[in-house]
Amino acid sequence: MSELRITAGFLPLLDSLLMVVAREKGFAAAQGIDLALVRETSWANIRDRVAVGHFDAAHMLGPMPIASNLGLAPISTPILAPMTLGLGGNAITVSTGLWQRMLDVGASGSIDPGPAGAALRAVIATGTDRLRFAVTHPYSGHNYELRYWLAASGIAPDRDVDIAILPPPLMADALATGSIDGYCVGEPYNSVGVAAGAGRIITVKARLWANSPDKVLGVSARWAAQYPEGLAALLRALYGASVWCGDPANHAEAAAILGGPAYLDRPSDILLRGLSGRLELILGETARVADYFQPHENSATFPWATHALWYYSQMVRWSAVPHTPQNAQLAASTYRPDIYRAAIAPFGAALPTSDRKVLGPGDFFDGTPFDPADLDAYIQRQSG
Amino acid sequence: MPASELSILIIDENRLRSSIIEAGLREAGHDRVTVLNSTQEVARRVVEIAPDVVVIDLENPDRDRLEHFFTLSKALQKPVAMFVDKSDAAAIGAAIEAGVSAYVVDGLRKDRIKSILDMAILRFNAYSRLQRELDEARTALEDRKLIDRAKAILWEQRGLSEPDAYNLLRKTAMNQNRRIVDIAQSLITAAGLLEP
Repeated sequence: MSELRITAGFLPLLDSLLMVVAREKGFAAAQGIDLALVRETSWANIRDRVAVGHFDAAHMLGPMPIASNLGLAPISTPILAPMTLGLGGNAITVSTGLWQRMLDVGASGSIDPGPAGAALRAVIATGTDRLRFAVTHPYSGHNYELRYWLAASGIAPDRDVDIAILPPPLMADALATGSIDGYCVGEPYNSVGVAAGAGRIITVKARLWANSPDKVLGVSARWAAQYPEGLAALLRALYGASVWCGDPANHAEAAAILGGPAYLDRPSDILLRGLSGRLELILGETARVADYFQPHENSATFPWATHALWYYSQMVRWSAVPHTPQNAQLAASTYRPDIYRAAIAPFGAALPTSDRKVLGPGDFFDGTPFDPADLDAYIQRQSG
Repeated sequence: MPASELSILIIDENRLRSSIIEAGLREAGHDRVTVLNSTQEVARRVVEIAPDVVVIDLENPDRDRLEHFFTLSKALQKPVAMFVDKSDAAAIGAAIEAGVSAYVVDGLRKDRIKSILDMAILRFNAYSRLQRELDEARTALEDRKLIDRAKAILWEQRGLSEPDAYNLLRKTAMNQNRRIVDIAQSLITAAGLLEP
């Protein structure tokens, strides 16, 4: 059998792990794929290179393919998301100076979003300066999670704080020099800020929205139509990698592989923090968050239509796109559990029985449920 | 609008490459060309520059921030679109292949922007070629130094003349199906290990 070469782009982040392990531990080769991975410097490059066909597939922000299909990207091509690349992985880090101010108004040190948000709100109420936060991209889980947390904590994004766009590698420095006061980003960039003595992790995505997606595998619809077997083989390779990465016994090796010069080019101990959930919150203070990043458990690679619709609800909330039945349909159909199910079937694993689920009071930290069947009412209720 | 009236902003941290592009655009009659070699100044400068066309290298890690800024910026007056025409896939492909991205004020005539983009692509490619040739020249020079060093070792240790030393390296390379420079490198390494 001749090997199919698949070229995939990624950004150097913890959740590029499944792609890297699929290649380095032979899961791709076992599926007859020569998986070439290309490290990129911006999400815009990932988007453009998928659009023009340089990349067959890519590590993408969860809302990115939805934005592309809704015509929000400068180059909008139809993109499918047939797999999620793990759950969780993000955190919110603030400067040590802002953390001190939060302590001064009674912050408990808990990484639960509720108390952290209350302390931030108290700081904003007493302060005269306008706080500035950074996220990696407008159409990102980071942006929507930060905004959700702020709004649910009684802080209006855009009115009470500024939210800037900044590439992850620049965030720790920006925090240290005071040009931003906090950021929401994926690992290892929270731990990098902590290790530099610049900040404290004040809350984590796993507590903001339990079992939530962050990056997805994005493929152009054109490529998927041309190579359906190749896509199925790629999904099986990534699924195999997810099983391997989900075993804690493999975490040290996974961190060492991911830290290699072609990938994140960082010491493995900093990558192991997010992978194992043993975080250092601020120099000298550690916390265990078992579900910080989940590569496999809890259907971590299943592309729920529900997740696409929640991201869509946030795109509407923050005025990226008007809510219409057509737009909602386009968003929901961007994630492709049907392709995932067909590809993963040979593993015989138990898969979710439905493509949609109700997110209950225990899913979002503020207890607001999200029922995809009740999208209109959810969008109506949310504040902008 | 004559060519000279279009305001063009080049954002490229590579000073040599940006000056090559700037020169090309000026030769083509564009007088309002601004080069920024750092992304730090962009937000402050873009209001006074009021660019019609922004050219950025794809390797710029700050591209997401800049793109967001251009999308929101009131300085650009109108929404910006990327490249000349969203349907012009070949032009977009050529630009990305060359490492260029461009943002254009919506509504500008396609042929006017295309010539600017074509120039940027041409100069980006010319720069890459130049860089490649420089790298090759540097490698060739280093290769020659390694081979000279290996020949000197053969002269010192085995008393071989320069042509004989070279012939030995060449023959060994042929027999082992390797490059002469690789044989020279192995020989230098081995000699280093054997030194007292």
